[in-house]
Amino acid sequence: MAETLLELSGISKTYPGVKALDDVNLRVNRGEVLGLIGENGAGKSTLMRVLAGVIAPSAGVIRIGGTEHARMTVTEAMRSGIAFVHQELNLFENLDVAANVFIGREKLAGGPLKLVDNAQMHARVMPLLERLGADFMPGTLVENLSIAERQMVEIAKALSIDARVIIMDEPTSSLTISETERLLEVIADLKTHGISVIYISHRLGEIMSCADRVVVLRDGRTVGELARDELSHAAMIRLMIGRDLKALYTPPSCTPQPPGCDVAGVVTTAFPDRQINLSVLRGEILGLAGLVGAGRTSLARAVFGVDPLLGGEIRIDNAPVRVASPRDAIRQGIYLVPEDRKKSGLVLELPIRENVTLASLLDHARMWLVNGAAERRIAEDQARRLSIKAPSIDIEAVTLSGGNQQKVVLGKWLSMQPRVMFFDEPTRGIDVGAKSEIYALMRSLADQGVAIVMISSDMEEVIGVSDRVAVMHEGSVSGVIERDQFSEYNVLRLAVGQALETMEAAAP
Amino acid sequence: MMKKELGLFLLLAVISAITGAINPAFLSFVNLLNMANLIGLFGVFALGEGLVIITGGIDLSLGSMFALLGVIFIDLLTTYQVPWPFALLLVLMGGLALGGIQGFLITRLKMQPFIVTLCGLLIYRGAARYYTSDSTRGFGYGDEASTLSNIASGNIAGIPNTFIFLIILAQILGVLLHRSVYGRWLYAVGKNEEAARFSGINTNLVIATAYVISGGLAGVSTVMFVFYTNSVSPSSFGNFYELYAIAAAVLGGCSLRGGEGSILGIVLGTALLQVLQNLVNILGIPNSLNFAVMGTVILIGVLADQQLQARRRRKAALAGLARTAPRPKESTILQGAAPHSAAALPTTTGDQA
Repeated sequence: MAETLLELSGISKTYPGVKALDDVNLRVNRGEVLGLIGENGAGKSTLMRVLAGVIAPSAGVIRIGGTEHARMTVTEAMRSGIAFVHQELNLFENLDVAANVFIGREKLAGGPLKLVDNAQMHARVMPLLERLGADFMPGTLVENLSIAERQMVEIAKALSIDARVIIMDEPTSSLTISETERLLEVIADLKTHGISVIYISHRLGEIMSCADRVVVLRDGRTVGELARDELSHAAMIRLMIGRDLKALYTPPSCTPQPPGCDVAGVVTTAFPDRQINLSVLRGEILGLAGLVGAGRTSLARAVFGVDPLLGGEIRIDNAPVRVASPRDAIRQGIYLVPEDRKKSGLVLELPIRENVTLASLLDHARMWLVNGAAERRIAEDQARRLSIKAPSIDIEAVTLSGGNQQKVVLGKWLSMQPRVMFFDEPTRGIDVGAKSEIYALMRSLADQGVAIVMISSDMEEVIGVSDRVAVMHEGSVSGVIERDQFSEYNVLRLAVGQALETMEAAAP
Repeated sequence: MMKKELGLFLLLAVISAITGAINPAFLSFVNLLNMANLIGLFGVFALGEGLVIITGGIDLSLGSMFALLGVIFIDLLTTYQVPWPFALLLVLMGGLALGGIQGFLITRLKMQPFIVTLCGLLIYRGAARYYTSDSTRGFGYGDEASTLSNIASGNIAGIPNTFIFLIILAQILGVLLHRSVYGRWLYAVGKNEEAARFSGINTNLVIATAYVISGGLAGVSTVMFVFYTNSVSPSSFGNFYELYAIAAAVLGGCSLRGGEGSILGIVLGTALLQVLQNLVNILGIPNSLNFAVMGTVILIGVLADQQLQARRRRKAALAGLARTAPRPKESTILQGAAPHSAAALPTTTGDQA
């Protein structure tokens, strides 16, 4: 039996009202690559943040190198040899490679001034880079490096603190195929030096090729473990799903009718080499599923005119529409409820009233002067219709809860004439009550003939609310599932880039 | 909203009362009219600066604009004998054009307002000095523009016209900022440009327009200053005046982060600055301390305002918390990757690559 390097037992993390981690047990052996998989929101990242000392667990024990910790600080984690290669690389682009490797632990020259000893740092980083097969120098500025090279810098940083476990969170999400292969080689090399790697990825193919063992998380719990010889796509997917999905579905009051909105051959800036084809009918809710980074938000931003359209066209009721800016999109009746409502949806310091009328103010103005009475009426109407809970429509949006803030964003669009609406993660961070209100609202909009696209990473929501589900994988639509074929398994298969199985094999 | 202006007004009243008590000359008719004239002169372009600051930008070029437009204006009237209405029109257009260029550079070419207007400050000043070979331009003994001169530096029933202009322009801009759709957009853009853009507002146009208005008001101010001093020495005319405008706007409640401020506040801020200057003279404080007094008052004023706001916000937050007591804070949910509702991967903000 291999030597156990690190053991997590009974780790829980509770936030008020939410259990993010629930009695998680995890063991890592020396020189082993442990694959960690699970759906969006299964708790992988939270677990790794516990391990890296970023957040404290509510219960449980972390055992590493013979010592037990109820919680760790970032420094303790680092000292115990745990290193984190972040999904969003945490490097200082304006500094060189050596400075990044030794950030916070700078080598100092003697003397009264304690100046930074660049020569020594460069000399110590050089062998690490050679070992990783990197072809850049310690003095190279990080801003001149590609993403794959930056990852090597992070790994070099891990090696420089004599890391025993390196956590890699979605390390290949922005890498090319050859860069991915190179990374897998580096991981194999780390293994031979007795360094363990916890490898988190949605790309099951990579997990298959590098992991010695796979642990599956679901809803904050460890739900299964697969040894190397048990690994298969089907086995992994089967463990990842299987949550009880509540019945949320309300069917449309009449059958959705073509035409609607067609996205034909659209190319976005995020995936310049992929085309997106998608159509959503008037009166239907089309769920847009996919893993984080699959290009769903980029699509919404392109259709709404925020990002430039690199190709293709958008048609509403078979008529091509030109959207060069959100202003154009809004004129065409295409509205976006953005993912980050605090940043893009609301002006938090303005009152509810002004937020609701921000997009339509000019329509009710006379000679460019604000029509105060009309504004108040519109805002009051929306506040009532959406039951926004606030003492008055004159209070600042910043004081509202997440659900009520989202309703203010919705009020802005509902006070106008929507034809196509994109909802990007409409219920993220919103409590259960407000969630179901928002679902009901989407349905009633659809029943009024609006074409609705709902981007969501919440499987329960995707399956429970949509009339059809389109799944995106790496920048294009990998498949569309009709309601009678809805299953977590099917959505997930398409999301990881596999073809849909035939009907008889579909149900797990 | 009005609280800030009321506080500023009380401060102004208290300072005036104290100064008047120490030296009654402060409240003499002559002194008050003199101050009104200066408030008018310095208030007009402070209004434009205020609009720019509300967008989250800054305009450092105003003083140099006065010099460049001023020498051109005098030259048009004296050397070229252009009828005054045309000269006036050309100077106003010049101001609008300079503002337009700056607005274009800032919004279309995405340059930082500080840099664009700092370069404006250097370029316009240099252009003015080169154009005149560094010699002072003034009116001769002829009456090239006596009508305009009377309008710009005269008075109605003793009240200086400059002050009347300020009041009229403040009314117009007050409607623009506080009653019009453009004003609403200006605040929205200043507070959160992205959300404004996502609401279909042409944010570039809104911001550029603020610079154009500021340039136009600089044109108006140029004419008023030219007739106030009757000559323009290109190396010193208007030096540091942009800083007076920024100081007045900040004192009047504009935040350099954008999205805050009012016309009334800017006017009161200008008045307070001029009262402080006057008080230094009248109370026999050494003139060399002039700037130091101004700086101290602004520092204390802004500090006090910030503290009061922070307290107000804490109260509001507590009230908000009480309403939604059992709910965790938004940020913790997002951080913690709650299984049903939150992002799987806590630090990502989107799935755009």
